[in-house]
Amino acid sequence: MPQAPVDAPVAKTKPPALPQDYFQLLKPRVMSLVIFTALTGLVAAPGKIHWFLAAVAVFCVAVGAGAAGALNMAIEGETDALMRRTRGRPVAAGRVAKGDAFAFGVILSAFAVMLMGMAVNWLAAGLLAFTVVYYAWFYTVLLKRSTPQNIVIGGAAGALPPVIGWAAADGSLALNAWLMFAIIFVWTPPHSWALALYTSDDYAKAGIPMMPVAKGPKSTRLQIFLYSLVLAPLAVVPVFTGLGGWLYGVIAVCGGLAFVGLAWRVYRSRAGEKPGEREEGLYDVKAEAKTARDLFAFSILYLFALFAALLVEHGIPGVA
Amino acid sequence: MSEPTQSEAHKARSRRNVALGGALALFVVLVFLVTVVRLAQNVAG
Repeated sequence: MPQAPVDAPVAKTKPPALPQDYFQLLKPRVMSLVIFTALTGLVAAPGKIHWFLAAVAVFCVAVGAGAAGALNMAIEGETDALMRRTRGRPVAAGRVAKGDAFAFGVILSAFAVMLMGMAVNWLAAGLLAFTVVYYAWFYTVLLKRSTPQNIVIGGAAGALPPVIGWAAADGSLALNAWLMFAIIFVWTPPHSWALALYTSDDYAKAGIPMMPVAKGPKSTRLQIFLYSLVLAPLAVVPVFTGLGGWLYGVIAVCGGLAFVGLAWRVYRSRAGEKPGEREEGLYDVKAEAKTARDLFAFSILYLFALFAALLVEHGIPGVA
Repeated sequence: MSEPTQSEAHKARSRRNVALGGALALFVVLVFLVTVVRLAQNVAG
């Protein structure tokens, strides 16, 4: 039977995905925050762990987080294609097939959990598995389109990495581990809603009930401010539990005051509101959105500074 | 955009197979090293 020429076109197929497309599935920017907070939890824990096993534990958390990101992208491909912010993602743009992304996520998460269990302990492995399932199924499938509290409840997934790191080092959990969880958990809504205030059109188009879409920008701005009033003192609590020292305390107090100040500016602004109902035009409304953008940018710096302070203070005495 | 040729599809599949093989090899090496470290810890006491 005559063979088709090697250069003959392959019927009805898309260009093959590139390695960087699979890397993009892992949401590398989110992964970097996860790695950082997991490492902080591991270093801050009182238990000792061999340096190589510590590196494997952090690697497993990173791979698990990436796997959760890939599963999220696989499930959300059609929705991502509707939003300006996400339409360039590999599945949304059609570079990676949905099934391939899903299989990639499942296999990576299985490997990460297995390796964590074998290398470190099954408490950390179980928490990692729970985190992946919580994000990929509970948040992505159940919560995201059901409630404006989606990011509040779903934020637990992003808050678990320091707890996993702690469990990896210590083999058990303690108040200070849950304190780190609580700080990230309370930080997530004002951080996410600040972004949502100036990207709410995208969420409305995709039918996602983010707070500015579901309850309006005024209510969102108030809730951002109220969360900041909880977050600022909560972030100081580690000083009293022994988790954070003087450096952490200074950063927590100053950063907390700045956070509340920026959240107050957002509350007093008209960020997220549409033009047309008032005399001012689009430029003025966009100028108001700057307060939300400033808070969003500062929130990232704030969380990074808090955990960096913990990392510096604890150093690496817990690593053998 | 032109459709990919068979050679391009073959090359892409080969690249993916190499990447998969590399990932599996990395996993095997990691498991081996973890085993060595944990055994050493147990022997040390």
